[in-house]
Amino acid sequence: MRSIQYTQIVEALAKACIKANIIASCDLLEAYQDSIDNDSQNGAKAILKDLLLNAEVAKENNMPICQDTGTAVVFLELGQEIQVEGGYLVDAINEGVRQGYRDGYLRKSIVSHPLERKNTGDNTPAVIHTEIVPGDSFRITVAPKGGGSENMSRLSMLTPAVGWEGFKSFLINAIREAGPNPCPPVVVGACLGGNFESCALEAKKCLLRPIGERNSDPEIAAYEEELLEEINKLNIGPQGFGGDTTAFDVHLSFLPCHIACLPAAINLNCHVARHQSFCL
Amino acid sequence: MSKEIRLKTPIKTEDIIDLQAGDRILLSGIIYTARDTAHKRIVASMEKGETLPFELQGAVVYYAGPAPAPPGKPIGSIGPTTSYRMDAYAPKLIENGLKMMIGKGSRNQAVKDAIIEHQAVYCAAWGGAGALLASRVVSADCIAYEELGPEAVYQLEVKDFPVMVVNDIYGHDAYEQQGGDR
Ligand code: SF4
Repeated sequence: MRSIQYTQIVEALAKACIKANIIASCDLLEAYQDSIDNDSQNGAKAILKDLLLNAEVAKENNMPICQDTGTAVVFLELGQEIQVEGGYLVDAINEGVRQGYRDGYLRKSIVSHPLERKNTGDNTPAVIHTEIVPGDSFRITVAPKGGGSENMSRLSMLTPAVGWEGFKSFLINAIREAGPNPCPPVVVGACLGGNFESCALEAKKCLLRPIGERNSDPEIAAYEEELLEEINKLNIGPQGFGGDTTAFDVHLSFLPCHIACLPAAINLNCHVARHQSFCL
Repeated sequence: MSKEIRLKTPIKTEDIIDLQAGDRILLSGIIYTARDTAHKRIVASMEKGETLPFELQGAVVYYAGPAPAPPGKPIGSIGPTTSYRMDAYAPKLIENGLKMMIGKGSRNQAVKDAIIEHQAVYCAAWGGAGALLASRVVSADCIAYEELGPEAVYQLEVKDFPVMVVNDIYGHDAYEQQGGDR
């Protein structure tokens, strides 16, 4: 067994929340620049330049890239030989979020009750997904997720007979209907297969992949390229005002599923695609 | 051809007549933030005949909930939220003198009709550009519903705050003009 202290988790997670929200990752900065260079429409280029400038101003002024610093979604890859000492793991995660959102001047966007809608004041509770892995490693990823793009995400229990073409039209329609709302250029996380809940979770996990990284399975990688090309023909463009850059990337997963089912999920991320990982 | 215009608040009907979908505006003066819950309360106050947190005549409302101000800054990041959630309330405010709304995303027909009928305008700020937009805010005061946190009403003094006209009084929509296949 290897021991990890409660306080170590709190401190590291608080820092990761702040960094994720203020510092744009290299893959995102490259995506802005590539699309400025390659979009054929001048209006789109001008908007993309503003978005890149925004990321630079955020870093310079030590301020979040977007005011919606999101739900704190936390992924744990917890080695089965790890023991947490000094407190309960879930409390440590929530305390890390609380401190990070307070000390980083991040917005608190969580309400405690879906109907009464009173703000919890500290952005907790976090949404935590835990995977137990072999060995004694412990990897934590925080992926702050904004409401605008989350609201445009979709899950559908498709009929197996609709196949790839049915899934493709479901995905393209969702992006067309979302239009300017999810703050395009978007990053698309998509999953086909699994069951109701695993499909949604896998689509979210797809958003953790760096922009530009293809699925390691060549068949799925080819499907990703096909989807990205179709999406960028929609002419929604940056902020919905037209252009070739509707999505920076599409990350797709396939999962095994029941003989009667074909679940499909699309989790949209905005251009402020954020995630920070660290190991303890 | 779209143009770049400098505007000062309060917004007058003469200003609105000049604006066309696609025009870029650099806005200076006073604007007010309000999101879902603030709108609900403002409309409830109007129905009861109570005084409103700010004068609606010629006003600019910004659909936004800022991040807290870090030390030495008037406000934290402050980009727009999605406007359709305020569609239920907007016509009522427009009827009572609201001249400009700033948000992101499309509006429903009732809002577009009210814009034409009462000579108002709907503009977009870039979603997810909160740090850049915050750099154009000179000062900020929370003037109502402080208990709502980011959903409170803030009075902002802005300088050269960049927005683009989406819905003008001529029935144009910048999303339809430029968005193509949707
Ligand atoms: S969708 Fe993303 S970029 Fe847009 S406001 Fe929400 S968090 Fe910010």
